[in-house]
Amino acid sequence: MNFPILSAIIFIPLTGALFVFVTKGSQKNVEKNSKYVAIFSSLTNFFLSLFLWYSFDTSTSDFQFVEEKKWMNDVINFRLGIDGISILFILLTTFIAPVCIFSGINSIKFKIKEFLIAILVMETLMLGVFCSLDLVIFYLFFEGGLIPMFLIIGIWGGPKRVYSAFKFFLFTLLGSVLMLIAIISIYWITGTTDVIKLLDIRIAQEYQYLLWLAFFSSFAVKLPMWPVHTWLPDAHVEAPTAGSVVLAAILLKMAGYGFMRFSLGLFPVASDYFTPLIFTLSIIAIIYTSLVALVQDDMKKLIAYSSVAHMGFVTIGIFSLTKQGLEGSIIQMMSHGLISAALFLCVGVVYDRYHSRMISSYGGLVNFMPKYAFVFMIFTLAALGLPGTSGFVGEFLVLIGVFQINIVVAVLASLGVILAAAYMLWLYRRVVFGRIASSEIKEMTDLNKTEMYIFASLVFLTLFFGVYPEPLFSTIDISVNNLIDKYQTDINFHLTQIRN
Amino acid sequence: MHTIVYILPEIFLSLAIMFLLMLGVFIKKSFNLVYLLTILSLIFAIALVLNQPDETIKIFNESYIIDRLSIFMKVLTLLFCLFVLLSSKDYVKNTSIDKIEYPIIILASTLGMILMISSFDLIVFYLGLELQSLCLYILASFRREDERSTEAGLKYFVLSALASGLLLYGCSLIYGFTGSTNFEIISTSLIEANTGAVFGIVFIMVGLAFKVSAVPFHMWTPDVYEGSPTSVTSFFALVPKIAAISVFIRFMYVPFINLINQWQTIIVFLSIASIILGAVAAIGQNNLKRLIAYSSIGHMGYALAGLATGTNEGIQSTIIYLTIYLVMNLGVFGCIFMMKRENTFYENINDLSGLSKNHPMLAFSFLIILFSLAGIPPLAGFFAKFYIFMAVIEVKMYSLAIIGLVTTVVSSFYYLRIIKVIYFDRPKKAFDKDYDWGLKSSLILSSVLILIYFIYPSILTDVVSSIIIY
Repeated sequence: MNFPILSAIIFIPLTGALFVFVTKGSQKNVEKNSKYVAIFSSLTNFFLSLFLWYSFDTSTSDFQFVEEKKWMNDVINFRLGIDGISILFILLTTFIAPVCIFSGINSIKFKIKEFLIAILVMETLMLGVFCSLDLVIFYLFFEGGLIPMFLIIGIWGGPKRVYSAFKFFLFTLLGSVLMLIAIISIYWITGTTDVIKLLDIRIAQEYQYLLWLAFFSSFAVKLPMWPVHTWLPDAHVEAPTAGSVVLAAILLKMAGYGFMRFSLGLFPVASDYFTPLIFTLSIIAIIYTSLVALVQDDMKKLIAYSSVAHMGFVTIGIFSLTKQGLEGSIIQMMSHGLISAALFLCVGVVYDRYHSRMISSYGGLVNFMPKYAFVFMIFTLAALGLPGTSGFVGEFLVLIGVFQINIVVAVLASLGVILAAAYMLWLYRRVVFGRIASSEIKEMTDLNKTEMYIFASLVFLTLFFGVYPEPLFSTIDISVNNLIDKYQTDINFHLTQIRN
Repeated sequence: MHTIVYILPEIFLSLAIMFLLMLGVFIKKSFNLVYLLTILSLIFAIALVLNQPDETIKIFNESYIIDRLSIFMKVLTLLFCLFVLLSSKDYVKNTSIDKIEYPIIILASTLGMILMISSFDLIVFYLGLELQSLCLYILASFRREDERSTEAGLKYFVLSALASGLLLYGCSLIYGFTGSTNFEIISTSLIEANTGAVFGIVFIMVGLAFKVSAVPFHMWTPDVYEGSPTSVTSFFALVPKIAAISVFIRFMYVPFINLINQWQTIIVFLSIASIILGAVAAIGQNNLKRLIAYSSIGHMGYALAGLATGTNEGIQSTIIYLTIYLVMNLGVFGCIFMMKRENTFYENINDLSGLSKNHPMLAFSFLIILFSLAGIPPLAGFFAKFYIFMAVIEVKMYSLAIIGLVTTVVSSFYYLRIIKVIYFDRPKKAFDKDYDWGLKSSLILSSVLILIYFIYPSILTDVVSSIIIY
């Protein structure tokens, strides 16, 4: 197929942003037109990516839809391509972006044009991360995302937005510059930054450890792993709802994707060596941040900490290096993308009406907002991994996967499931049931039409993939198998080398 | 062919200076005319330089060289001199420094820089250096009724004269130990280190480090940048750096190349010290010009990092870094020139408060330029740093790479602070909107170039990769 579909998917949002950028006229017209352009371009992109999924060949583990353009003196080229793992992330991104745009249009009150530009640029950059097949291009997209996110938090955020925006920016940047050094070093060690070639080249063992750590520093901050997770609660709390959604649903997944594609793919020996480190940090993250989540009195902060805990499952699954573990991680990332997005939207709904994120300000919402209470319940149950929701599939598979490797880790990780039930149900009880906290709550209106549509789509997907996750599995299956096979052969190769 | 044709640009510029001086003296109120003619003569000079043959030619008893490096650097010098003049005209007219000497002195100092860039002999080099320095002293104190401007000029004069003295002393030591002032002959006779010659090299490096304002010879920079009229500051921040870096390259890689083990550590030190100081000292600044001064110190540190590698790739990365730095700083000064309200120019960071509300486009350009200065992809500033670190890691200077890159995080803090003031703070009264077309076009050019550079970064590297020094 000659049509550069990946480039199209990456650059349609950017083109949309350009159109929004040049809209002129009266304030009202500009806002109206930019809304239409943003909705149109993000939905087009979503349907295009569905088409991409449809035409995706699930019988091969090779990279598909590969594009290559001369970029930097033939040395570093603009290479795009996807396999079974990346296509799911692309779908997630193109699905979440319109959700953010709708939610933003619904709740952002000023500078809506700039907001839409930021979200669309963000979408382009995130899609670029999942499509790029060159380390430098990957880095370009990965880091570029800082600019729009910084502005989204800083301009439309809450009272402490400046502090949070700076913390987010500086933390992530510090993690990433080390990855840049590693990328340049890889170039001088192997002579290329082409991921397809690098996956076949075995990078010498003595380099792997340091390179792995450099990549780890970047992904660990972005994921985020304990103890560098502290930027996340701040960023989430202060960001506007749509910003939190992008952050939780997609930005964090870039790191999980990076672990899978680069840490495992390029440095298998080092990954094997550092697995205990990952397990330890993840277990601490799961238990510690779940406990921290229990004592939060800010709804957004609670969900932010629960994100850290859920991402702990993801890293455990990835580094368990079993088929169930890896597939579980991918499903977990997808479902967490949907569920955390929905939970932040749920907080956004009440925040828009009452302007408080404190749990204690609410209570008894079920009396006045029955639809909201229902939706919130579904996502609360999904977040704690109730069977029948997509949250269950991922966590269950991760636990199966890691059980084969390390029983202690599996047992400790399953503690996290119990704790998740504790803090999520308690949150739900305090907000939705209980005493009515103040008379103003009686004035609160139930979900409006836009919100209903947004939540309906999210509920549908969460339940659908909870009951029938087969489409996801059939897409990733062969790529995951290939990843594990390659990993095993690489490890064996290095073992035989040591023996000789 | 007579060798004289190879220095046509220089001859033309000298004639233009003399002609404009006469014109200015004999025609009353001729500032506008002289300004316009200066710009036109710069354009003509660029055409003359571009017309030079694409081969290495040494003329006048091998004391003057025309090669790819010199042509590229001369074009940069003339081009950015042109843009500085275009973007600062409004400022010059509004702050009553619109005397006919102003463009003429700028032209004369540019001529000095061009001579420096092409020099292949210690004496020719020194003559060019003095011509440009003397003009810069006058420019720094051009607003002579203003205390700070006079102070800036005096400070610059005293320190720069000291640096020139050291440099001249270094030259004389080199001459004493090698018996020649010609770069080529010096390089063939300086094969092994001897104490005297190393002293000479160190003295020359001190002088050059002063000119690029590398730490620890940077003390003049913040004061001079702050005190001089902003139009002069923008000239200082852009044009003399080109000549200084190009002479730095020439000195290190032609006469002193065989003693690379002696000078490499010094450059690494200069580079690391400048990077760190540039990042840390700028954090506390409130005056934009002072902040730019520290940021330019930091940026020169990165440029020197490429120079420290001792490879052709290193030099090329330095040249690319310099070019992108110039484009970015042109934009920064464009923004500063636009901070005008009722004929008063503002230069504090707080004056920018809420700029995004009243001037969305100006704020957006500023945003792009600042993120680019911080080195965030996909803007041009990232590529500048990328090439530098490609070259640095190639020769396995990992500590320099790690310090340099980690410091970018520190320095991004103060760029973010400006963005915070522009985008997150409450708006103040709007600035005037009657921009001059020259100012507008250079700001647009700079921000568009920064923004779209990532689409095809080979354009610059293709040109620069043909510059091979040794």
